[in-house]
Amino acid sequence: MVLNRFPLWKNLLVVAVFLIGLVFALPNIYGDAPAVQVTADTGQPLDEAAMARISAILDARSIPHGPIYLEDGRVTVRFPDVEEQLRALDLVREQLGRGYVAALTLAPRTPAFMRAVGLRPMSLGLDLRGGVHFMYEVDMEAAIGQALDRYEADFRTLLRDERIRYKAVRRDGDVVRVTLASADDRRAAARVIAAADPDLATSERQVGEDFELVVRMTDNQIRERQDFAIDQNTITLRNRVNELGVSEPVVQRQGADRIVVQLPGVQDPAQAERVLGATATLEFRLVDEVNSPFEAAERGRAPLGSALYRDRNGQPVLLRREIIVTGDQLTGASAGFDEGLPAVFVNLDARGARRMGETTRANLNKRMAVVFIEQKRDLVERDGEMREVTRTEERVISVATIRGVFSNRFMITGLDPLEARDLALLLRAGALAAPIFKVEERTIGPSLGQENIERGMQAVVIGFMLVVLFMALYYRVFGLIANLALLTNLVLVVALLSMLQAALTLPGIAGIVLTVGMAVDANVLIFERIREELRNGNTPQAAIHAGYEKAFSSIADANITTLIAAVVLFTFGTGPIRGFAVTLSLGIITSMFTAIVGTRAVVNALYGGRRVQTLPI
Amino acid sequence: MDFFKIESHIDFLKPRKIAYAISATLIVVSLVSLATRGLNFGIEFRGGVVVEAGFPESIDLPPIRAALEEAGVDRTVVQHFGSSREITVQLLAEEGVDSAATRDRIMSILRSVDARAELRRVEFVGPQVGRELAEQGGLATLFALIMILAYVSFRFQWKFSVGAVAALVHDVIITLGIFSLIQLAFDLAVLAAVLAVIGYSLNDTIVIFDRIRENMLKMRRKSTEEVVNASLNQTLSRTIMTGVTTMLVLLALYFLGGEAIAGFSIALIIGVLIGTYSSIYIASETAMALKVTTTDLLPPQAKEDESGVVP
Repeated sequence: MVLNRFPLWKNLLVVAVFLIGLVFALPNIYGDAPAVQVTADTGQPLDEAAMARISAILDARSIPHGPIYLEDGRVTVRFPDVEEQLRALDLVREQLGRGYVAALTLAPRTPAFMRAVGLRPMSLGLDLRGGVHFMYEVDMEAAIGQALDRYEADFRTLLRDERIRYKAVRRDGDVVRVTLASADDRRAAARVIAAADPDLATSERQVGEDFELVVRMTDNQIRERQDFAIDQNTITLRNRVNELGVSEPVVQRQGADRIVVQLPGVQDPAQAERVLGATATLEFRLVDEVNSPFEAAERGRAPLGSALYRDRNGQPVLLRREIIVTGDQLTGASAGFDEGLPAVFVNLDARGARRMGETTRANLNKRMAVVFIEQKRDLVERDGEMREVTRTEERVISVATIRGVFSNRFMITGLDPLEARDLALLLRAGALAAPIFKVEERTIGPSLGQENIERGMQAVVIGFMLVVLFMALYYRVFGLIANLALLTNLVLVVALLSMLQAALTLPGIAGIVLTVGMAVDANVLIFERIREELRNGNTPQAAIHAGYEKAFSSIADANITTLIAAVVLFTFGTGPIRGFAVTLSLGIITSMFTAIVGTRAVVNALYGGRRVQTLPI
Repeated sequence: MDFFKIESHIDFLKPRKIAYAISATLIVVSLVSLATRGLNFGIEFRGGVVVEAGFPESIDLPPIRAALEEAGVDRTVVQHFGSSREITVQLLAEEGVDSAATRDRIMSILRSVDARAELRRVEFVGPQVGRELAEQGGLATLFALIMILAYVSFRFQWKFSVGAVAALVHDVIITLGIFSLIQLAFDLAVLAAVLAVIGYSLNDTIVIFDRIRENMLKMRRKSTEEVVNASLNQTLSRTIMTGVTTMLVLLALYFLGGEAIAGFSIALIIGVLIGTYSSIYIASETAMALKVTTTDLLPPQAKEDESGVVP
């Protein structure tokens, strides 16, 4: 007769997997506590010294706090309640000063010894903890356009400096056209331009009397410029996120032209968006003192070399085309008051300062304007399809007479206090290299996140109990064994999720629930086979053996196909759906182990080594 | 406890004409509905914005609709969501709308109706992203079907894989058809559920195929019909058991999981019911219609002894 026995190593394996699973799942039972998290705004990891400083700040005001620890270069301090947490946040922000980002968060109450060995609870997705998810698209056309505009201005300066007479330099779509009077001039211009930027592609053209030089960016340059735009924007967004003070934010490039920003715990998407998505930048230009803006406004066209703007009262203003300084040359900005009026104090970088110094020296007592530029995106219908188009809103926010020579420090007035504050913050965080547009948003309020957790957990528990009850009734002792495997499976899924630190989402919980229902399938297959074998008159031992044996290929095939579906879902899916794919896949893999090897170990231990007349199945 | 004390001897193949008729009708109705009414795509696929707001007590919809209309935010869909204290305002991507500002406008209008309105959830998807998601979703479904077809043909004979995929296509069309008929919102989560249904239905089919293959080699004298019938009977208990346990958790998910995954649960509930039926009637019979015979089947490959039996 056959006896069902596992070799020792298999039994040990089952026990080991179960215990390891238990250990990794354990950190999840402690729950969360209010906490303050401090990071360096450069993204550099903090060290023990920073931790000691924070600890000292709290102790100096004797704010009661829980453990304080360093993890992933972040300092986390837990507090007994929210009141202490808020007090501590204000204090830490005030005393640490610039260079640090302090944020409110919920930190797991995992004991220190577990943290020390890297044991952590599952990380929760935004739909469970509340927060904001934005996806931005970088306007690549605008990025290239800006580069061409800059070339246009540079060429003018360059040709002037080299004393090459030109009729016109203007950007036309994706090229810059330089119009010259003679072939000699054109040759000279081409040489100068090639010396300044040897990568540019130039071609020549004859238009009537004029000799034209057509300059375009090469594909390589365009790609470089686009990469620069998106990388620069990612950095700028990261800076802006730091200004917001959020714990564990994610700012990540996605694909060729998108950036994902996730802000856990942020409750006001409008505020976050105002700061993040603001495409505001500044330009400083001289006022055209020769021509009349009203005449230009009447004609609807600005004279050569000037551009027509409106100020905030709708009055026309004529500005010179050359830009003195743009927003990306600012190194610092702060809001304050000057003679009782709101003002933004601005610092320029060296290049900007030099330009500003030269311009102000040469144009004393003339007027300079600050142009506030904002990109907006509208939906329009074109060719029967909805498209988003960019609209640039430019507005002169202040016109002031240059009273003295200044270079790296000056101020802007003419704003209301709120505008001054937002502008200073934006200028400080850096301007975007190209406009960005929100193409996706998912915001989950904190109460909904909590509700989602509770509901999800309830569904898991009730679903689990129903299945357990049903299995126990139907398969009796074997049902109980299957239930044990099911419970182990649940523990293993939680352990794997904690280990991988894959974010658990609401669809992820649904995946776990579904796995609970489907995981017993393997055991159902096995048990049905055993019953069949018993019905056919086999001995209990032979039935057990044959049951497991014959059910195996069905179980494997069935699980692999479901796994295929889950993997496809993971590959194509986005956001929360991926969470579903992850838990489903993990559940399938662990259930194969628990349902086949795990239950067999128990069955063998209970019935394997002895003569049994009947099986309680 | 046992559903079938003795082996069941149901003749599954006898009413197969009726089953074909039912399936054909369901598929035609589904296709017609999909063609004429289409799916009620959520804003995830069409682009637009959904704002979910909570109120401390029950709130009536008409004043909210009126307020929105008055403020010029028209063509919105306003509904209760889960309970009478929560509402969603849905607005499709539209011409001339500054997409980013919509959320704040809707919230300020809601606050003008009841100052205690609380923002619970926002989902905004630009039309471009919506198109991409829809495209990816379709591609994912197609890709999953192809991969599964490849796996089943690798593991079984091609006639079986045609049967399996026929059953899957049947399930997907009818599930989508039901969503189209009752105009349930079709969003990303529902799409995920449809893919899970593919997995589940196949699971069921494969168990039956496995048994048919085994029996074909064992019962060489019997006709294909008898073998299929016997196999269906032998696996019936398992089919029901697994169906019941899965249905139990899905019901728990539907009733307890909240509105956010209700659509997902419904898709799975429909899919599991249809998937179970199709494994019996569509998958097996397609294979039979293609005249699967014993000679089509190679003996299963010898497997390593996994059982750890000590003789």
